[in-house]
Order: sequence, then C-alpha cells, then structure tokens
Amino acid sequence: MSVRNAEGQIAFINARLLDPATGLDAVGGLIIDGEVIAAVGPHLSKSQIPATVPVVDCDGLCLAPGLVDMRVQVREPGEEHKETLRSAAESAVAGGVTSMVCLPNTEPVIDDVATVEFVARRARLNGLAKVYPYAAATKNLEGKELSEMGMLAEAGALGFTDGTKAIRSALSMRRALSYAATFGAMIIQHPEDPSLAEGGVMHEGEIATRMGLSGIPAIAEAIMLERDMRLVELTGGRYHAAHVSTAEGLEVIRKAKAKGLRVTCDTAPPYFALNELAVGDYRTFAKLSPPLRSESDRQAVVAALVDGTIDVVASDHAPQDQDSKRLPFAQAESGGVGLETLLAVTLELYHNAHLSLLDTLSLVTNKPAELLGLAAGRLKPGNAADLILFDPSRGWKVQPDTFRSKSKNSPFDGRLLQGTVERTLVDGRTVYSRHA
Amino acid sequence: MTEYSYPHRHLLGIQGLSPVEITALLDLADGYVEQNRSLDKRKNLLRGRTVINLFFENSTRTRTSFELAGKRLGADVINMQAAISSVQKGETLIDTAMTLNAMHLDVLVVRHPDSGAVKLLSEKVNCSVINGGDGSHEHPTQALLDALTIRRHKGNLAGLTVAICGDVLHSRVARSNIYLLLTMGARVRLIGPRTLIPTQIDRMGVEVFHDMRNGLKDVDVIMMLRIQNERMRGNFIPSIREYFHFFGLDYHKLALAKPDAVIMHPGPMNRGVEIDSDVADDVERSLIREQVEMGVAVRMSCLDMLTRTLPHTQESAL
Repeated sequence: MSVRNAEGQIAFINARLLDPATGLDAVGGLIIDGEVIAAVGPHLSKSQIPATVPVVDCDGLCLAPGLVDMRVQVREPGEEHKETLRSAAESAVAGGVTSMVCLPNTEPVIDDVATVEFVARRARLNGLAKVYPYAAATKNLEGKELSEMGMLAEAGALGFTDGTKAIRSALSMRRALSYAATFGAMIIQHPEDPSLAEGGVMHEGEIATRMGLSGIPAIAEAIMLERDMRLVELTGGRYHAAHVSTAEGLEVIRKAKAKGLRVTCDTAPPYFALNELAVGDYRTFAKLSPPLRSESDRQAVVAALVDGTIDVVASDHAPQDQDSKRLPFAQAESGGVGLETLLAVTLELYHNAHLSLLDTLSLVTNKPAELLGLAAGRLKPGNAADLILFDPSRGWKVQPDTFRSKSKNSPFDGRLLQGTVERTLVDGRTVYSRHA
Repeated sequence: MTEYSYPHRHLLGIQGLSPVEITALLDLADGYVEQNRSLDKRKNLLRGRTVINLFFENSTRTRTSFELAGKRLGADVINMQAAISSVQKGETLIDTAMTLNAMHLDVLVVRHPDSGAVKLLSEKVNCSVINGGDGSHEHPTQALLDALTIRRHKGNLAGLTVAICGDVLHSRVARSNIYLLLTMGARVRLIGPRTLIPTQIDRMGVEVFHDMRNGLKDVDVIMMLRIQNERMRGNFIPSIREYFHFFGLDYHKLALAKPDAVIMHPGPMNRGVEIDSDVADDVERSLIREQVEMGVAVRMSCLDMLTRTLPHTQESAL
C-alpha cells in the first residue's frame, strides 16, 4: 500500500493537516523519512515533492498526530484473558492511539523495575502503539509504603499512581507527593473518598434510589480533591486527577489552578457523553468507576473541557470479560473499554460545536504528550512519525464484536458516532488501515 | 372470572404496571380469597404446570405463600434453596438459568439479595418469572397483597393517605408500595430518620417526614417496615432503644392518625423495635395477620394471570 523509496521516504499529500500544537489547519503534505517526520506544511503539494519520493494522495482526509492516551488498563501481566499488551496495542492503533500509558494495577503490580522493563520490552516487540507504564505510588497498591520512585522513574515510569484505588491516607499522599517531587515525577490520583464510596455501585440520586442500588455521592470526589489540593500546596508536588466526573470536583480543580498549584486533570469520554441514565435497566456495561453522573455533572464536564479546566481526555480503557459483567449489577466489575471509541466520542465535542476541531484534537494529542513529557502528539519535523489519517465526519455504529480489544464491554455499545480512523502509522510504518 | 388478559410475560415489578392491570390482579385475587376460605381450596387450573421457587435468600413466609398458591391451583411446585457462597454468588446465575431451561418449567419465582438480579435471570430463561423480591429494588406481590388488604377494608385506594414508616432505604417493599399506591391515586408519606430515607426519593412523588408526630397526622393506613439488620452497612441508627423511642409505633403515636387508621407490617416483625407488641396484636387496628392471608390469594392471582399467556402446546413451549 505504501511503498517507500530506497531512502525510506514517503510523502502524504492533499491532506488536511491538523497540528493542534502549532494551530496548523491547512491542506498540504508531510514527508516521512525512515521513522521520523522530515517535513510538513501547506507548501508540500505534489509539485513540491521530489520525484524520487513515492506519494500517497490523502484525498482530503485529515492528517493529525497519533493520539496519546494517558490512562489505559492493559491487564497483562495477570489477567490475559481480558486483555494483553498485544490486544491492547491492536485496539489502540485501530482507535488511532499511537502512545498509551498503562496503569500498574496488574498481577503482579507494576511496582518494581523488573515489571516496568517487562512491560516496555513486551510492548516494543509488538511494534504497534507505544506503551509507557505508570508505576505504583505505594508498594502493591496498599497505600502504605512508597514504591522505589526514583529507580522506577529511571526505568521509564511516567508517573505514580495506585491505579483504580485512591491513595486513602493523607499521610501517604503527602509523602508520595513530596518524594515524587524529588524526581520531578507526577502523582496520579483516583479522586474518590473511599469511605463515602464504599459499597456504592452507581451515582447517588433519584435513579439509584428507584433501582434500589447503593449510591456513591458526587461529593466523594470533591472531598478527596479538596484534601489533596491542600497537600499539593503543602508539598509543592505535581498532581494529576484522573477521570474527574463531577461539577464540584471540577470547581476544586479550577480554584487550585487559579491559585497556581501544579495540578492537572483529565476526564474520559463517558463522563461528557453519557449520564447516569445509561445504567437504565441494570446495564452493567455502564457501571464505571467513578460512576456515570447526573446530567448537570455531565454538562459541567463539557464546560470544563471548553474553559480548559480539564487538560486532557483519556480513554480510561478498562477491559472486563463477560463473566465479570454478566452479573447482578452490584456484583459486576466496573469499567469500560475505550481505546476504539476515544477519537469518535471526543469528536462529539467538535460536532456539537463545543470546541473547534483543533482544540478537540489537542485534548488527545499534544496536551497529554506535554503533560507526560513525551515528544509526541504533534506534527514536528524530527519527531517520530506517529500519525493518523482520519475522516472526522464519516458515521459508524459501535459494534463491540468488531473491536480488536479482547473485551467487548463498551458503555457506548450501539451508539452512532462520527469520525473514523482510516490509517494509523507508528514510527512511519502503517500499523492499521481501516480497509485492510 | 375476568376476561382481562395480562400482557406481560413476567411480573418483575410494580413500576410500569397500569391501574387497569393492577385492578385486574386484585379483582382476581378477591375471588381466590373466597376460594381459600371454603372447604374445597383446590383448583386444577395449573395442572401439568411446573412452578419453581428459587430463593437465593432465606425466606419462610414468602416461599410458603407461593408454594401454597401454586399447589392450590394444581401446579407441581418445587422449592430450590440456592446456597450462595459470598465469593461467587452471582457467578452461577446464568448457569442456573441454563439448568432451569432444561427442566421445562412454566413459572419461576425468584428472590435474590441483589437489585436487578431477577431481571437479569428473566432475560435468560424461557419461562415466566415472578419477582419474589430483589435486593432493595422491588417486591411486587407484597405490594399487591398490601393493596388488596387495604382495598378490602377501605373500599378504594384512591384518595387514601398511606404512611410508610422506617427503613425505606433498604426496603423493596417500600419501593413497590410507592409505585402501586401512587399509580392507584393514593397519597404516600415516608417517615423515618434521615439516614434511612434514600436520596431524592421525594422525586418519586412522595412526601417525606422525619417526625412521626407530623407524618402520622390524619393518615388512613400505617405501614411499618422491618428494620433490616442484615442489610445495614455501618451506622444508620445508634440503638434499638432510640429507634423505638422516635420511630417505633405505639398507641401514643397511633393516636395521631385517623381514628380508623389501620396498621400493616410485611413481616417478620421485630416486636419492640419498629412496633409495640400490643399494637401489632390489636385485632381492631392491625391487619398484619390478614396480610398473610391475602398473600396466598394474590400469588394465586399472579400465577393464574401469568400462565394464561403461556404457550399451551409442548412444541411451542420449546
């Protein structure tokens, strides 16, 4: 499909170039040389490409940086029946994700250098999406003793988190923030007060009351964030709140940012595209952590994406097999797969006229890359040629059976979406093509 | 008796039933009350039908009531007490459905400690399913028997004021009763300490009180709920003594209601916790024993109604 010349060059022309980092949105071309981007710009039309370089005509499709997904649960090692590094990476590139960060809540937990290296090596062998791990903030995610953050960071851990568990003890959080700051590393928190959330299975409110399910109050998020903001202020640490889902939680972040604290946050597509009603008739695919919130919370998430309070959109990919989901609601595992719907659901922000196309893309490309310190997420000569070609308008229906992910638990099952990934390149190689 | 045919395959809850459907079930039950009081209690309406009572939670009265109802209609009734290890309780639910399908039963009565579990099971089995109580969600036959009891004493449900008192948070009986009473045009009050009244329940169309003195004023019916120790996680009330003092029904509090107000309780009662023994046993005011009697009639009515729409030939049953 894309034959290169002897020098390993290939050019993409007649593409709508989208580079959120520079604000570039114009028709033009891009030349790849080996594994990196050699040149990019509106001036690169067919006549400007040297005759020796083979040309791919993009026919007006959007050419953008590959997505950077800062929150993915991979399940390998330990739960390979739900997902492996291989299946996650295949799912990622099918969704246009070329770099992803995996959580340490595997079995064994990613809390030592050997496991970090295992993940990095396995991912490299797959040669698909690039996988970077977060390591555990505390040993075995127990919330007590700190992990060897310095050595783990040296080995490649991009940050420290206890995964899907909140760091419950204020003292542990204080020490983690403080110690991680020694190495310039970030602490990623699951912001939910565990004592208020205990036993809860969905958003607390009218729907939970009607269904007879125990609720998790929205303030469980704000309370944990309030505490953590004080600790960030005290320690000068670097803090990132994952999947923020409530209006009040976002208000805490907004204030902290205004105060100049080193705080960032992300949300996941379900929190701006769905609300608690998705739980409907005890639909366990809509059981997420944090739970899907009220409509006013959903609207607050959209507003926070628009005003920049939320820095990043991450998929929060959480594969669960049938046996973990086909259970009475309270017993079912939480989480949904999200890699293959990340782009199209995020594009709803653009289609619904909340954000421009560039600002929408920025949430899943250069912003997470900058936050993580990765040289990715932009169309920059010299950077790895991690790219996607996509059609922002093409419609499709979410049919989880067709997902590359081993697990099919999508909260968006059956939803009509707009925006298809046509081709994904990693290091200049085509690793996914919709027509293949 | 009535030509009305119930259009649903299952009875999973009161939510969604129309006043006509509820009335039809109650009218049919009225007839069974008379039959049960006569010498010949047995009918052969369900001869050849198999009813299984599948209980994932301990229950004596509801199970016995369903068993009796099935047998009085001539069905073969089998009780299955499903043992549940706390580790993998629901894991077997789908497998259970597969097993039951192979047994070709006609009606399955299910009780399960998790909200929504009966609905999940109903999606996987070939027979009709009656919800015998799921978690804190619904207990439709209890609401129907309560309605029948009230109707026989007050003539009508519309226009009555009914107070439901106590642990509403954990109560499926309360939820089913709220749906039924509101559907039939009654007014519903909930009375209990704030820790036992679920969030935003006022949006269901009920009035909420936290003081028995205000809440019981001028009510026609008082429904007491059982304090469900087994569902309590953490501290909801500080002590039984304090609970009884403020929310237990005694003659003192009863005096606030209408002079002809009746007292109900879904059982089993915790005497001296939510209800004073003398009040519970007061033949003038307490309908608690009658509720049990109505229970059998209502369950006969439900079995009768649901089996009317079942396929009648062996082939179509497959």
